[in-house]
Amino acid sequence: MKKVKGINKASKKEKFLDIDGHKIRDSFPDLGREEKIGILRTMYRIRHFEFQTEQFIIRGMIHGTCHLYIGEEASATGAIAAIGPKDYITSTHRGHGHCIAKGANLNIMMAELLGKKTGYCKGKGGSMHIADVGAGNLGANGIVGGSIGIATGAALTCKMKKNGRIVICFFGDGAANRGNFHGALNMASIWDLPIIYLCENNVYGMSTPVKEAFNIKRISDRKYAYGIDGITIDGNDVTEVYNTISHYASLCRKGMGPVLVESLTYRYRGHSKSDAQVYRSKEEVKKWMEMDPIKRYAGRLISENLITPEDDKQIEKEVISEIAEADRFAQDSPFPDPADVEEDVYA
Amino acid sequence: MREITYLEAIREALQQKMREDDSVYLIGEDIAEYGGAFGVTVGMLEEFGKERIRNTPISEEVIIGVAAGSAMTGMRPVAEIMFSDFITIAMDDIANQAAKIRYMFGGKARVPIVIRTAGGGGTGAAGQHSQSLEALLAHIPGLKVVMPSCPYDAKGLLLASINDDNPVVFIEHKLLYKNKKYIQHVPGEMYEIPLGKGDIKRKGKDLTIVATSFMVQKSLDAAEDLKKEYNMDCEVVDLRTLRPLDIDLILKSVNKTGKLACVEEAPVFGGFMGEVASQVTEKGFDMLDAPIIRIAGRNCPVPYSLVLENEMIPGVERIKSSIKKMAGLSQGKE
Repeated sequence: MKKVKGINKASKKEKFLDIDGHKIRDSFPDLGREEKIGILRTMYRIRHFEFQTEQFIIRGMIHGTCHLYIGEEASATGAIAAIGPKDYITSTHRGHGHCIAKGANLNIMMAELLGKKTGYCKGKGGSMHIADVGAGNLGANGIVGGSIGIATGAALTCKMKKNGRIVICFFGDGAANRGNFHGALNMASIWDLPIIYLCENNVYGMSTPVKEAFNIKRISDRKYAYGIDGITIDGNDVTEVYNTISHYASLCRKGMGPVLVESLTYRYRGHSKSDAQVYRSKEEVKKWMEMDPIKRYAGRLISENLITPEDDKQIEKEVISEIAEADRFAQDSPFPDPADVEEDVYA
Repeated sequence: MREITYLEAIREALQQKMREDDSVYLIGEDIAEYGGAFGVTVGMLEEFGKERIRNTPISEEVIIGVAAGSAMTGMRPVAEIMFSDFITIAMDDIANQAAKIRYMFGGKARVPIVIRTAGGGGTGAAGQHSQSLEALLAHIPGLKVVMPSCPYDAKGLLLASINDDNPVVFIEHKLLYKNKKYIQHVPGEMYEIPLGKGDIKRKGKDLTIVATSFMVQKSLDAAEDLKKEYNMDCEVVDLRTLRPLDIDLILKSVNKTGKLACVEEAPVFGGFMGEVASQVTEKGFDMLDAPIIRIAGRNCPVPYSLVLENEMIPGVERIKSSIKKMAGLSQGKE
């Protein structure tokens, strides 16, 4: 996706509200046509990458597990579109979407999933550890909440080096109950670090519903404990995610971070490849699928006359052929040499 | 020639490195005005300011997580974990994050952090402030583990640790910090002692003692007594770095003496010297004239009462009696 520009153009009509209808500001920055289409393309990339990954799982080609991001595309895409290429992110075990939105090469990602030498981690990390440090992606993480400290440290670097960069720390609802969530948000707050803690609340921590794991209405209410700003938004509305993160990114760059954003979303698939999903009903899944982030956004672009339904189909078609190429690249790539197993332990 | 303490040598390394390199900063609990629980960073706030002498709330896991994240993005943090026991609180960020990042990312990241921490017992602080947890850490691929025994080594090893691009756990011994008995000439300029190189602290021909940290000093005292009392000439090998391990230096010594006694403060069960003993057995079985012995902590937490603590942690007398028994000089305990 191209670098996002044109954020100074404000829409007059729409107000910027949180999920509970509280007004945050009167207007929000708007994007140009190309950038808006780029966002749609990124969401399709994530979804079809995950469809392909799912095929690999079904065919027994994934050695280990994978956590699919299908249904949550708006969250990563909208948030990362709102920051710059030099800004940092940290990701989660459900990290393919963040990685793609940060501009990762699909071929190299897919090769990693198949444990190939050409993968991002030379086959040493797999799905849960894909990183692209050069592109500012400090890594997916197999430990729930494991990246919260790392993200906070990256934000400290930004502050100490005064390099104008900021950090988005993605984590799930489950991670918000880790002890290091408390320690890190407190530390970031006392040091005014330029970091957006973005909690992707997808309703379940593995099988445990959020309503059983929290006794507060909104996870973002924890902002009060740290004296920081925060908000809960519809994480399946990519425009809202984009607007929110744009707003907070500019605050962070002015030294007014950190902030806590709760993005309400839903995963269509199970927690991992071994989840029978006994904890939720088919009706519930169907209800969320009716609010599908990609359909909603494509519909919006069509209604704004930015694209036609044919354009929408064409974009998806192009993405499908990119994924087919990634599939070919990954399958054709060699496996690592077993003799290299002890390489890369130390620098 | 000026002589300084272990603590002063560590502080001098930190100060000199921070003057040279803006990316080096300190992060930890009570390290600013207070100067650290043991006083290592006293006076550094005045010179370097709050940005670089970064006092934190009590959040050990976040201290290490923040250090790792800032290291990945271009800084060279030196984190202080007040007591080595508290390392267990930060274990996710040490073992699952800092140690693994480079390998899991296919060699495409660097995590140059130093975790300074005060280990060891003998202070009457009992079970939660006296442990020697180096074996836990040395077991984890991706970490380096350093345990200096004297001021000269402390300065050179700390500078090498800060310059190293890997996470290094630097375990200092509380009883060495201000101990005037162990003051030493330490060069005023910066110098490095390479990680992974052991040192012969006393030459000898009859028996090899391998030790770490404060146990090196106790072993040297024991060796002097054994020389005086029995004309037995022990060679004392200071590991200095547990991982990487200088096994070649140990083997060279054992090849000369034929006998190996390993001395460590940690409980003997699963202790690091088990690794030393098995490597020597694998690589130097034919050199050995006697079974290897381990002189180590008893298999219990460090107790409070002085009589119990002295029983748990090996002292000069226990080192001597164990070696005498091994050498057939007496029927001493163990």
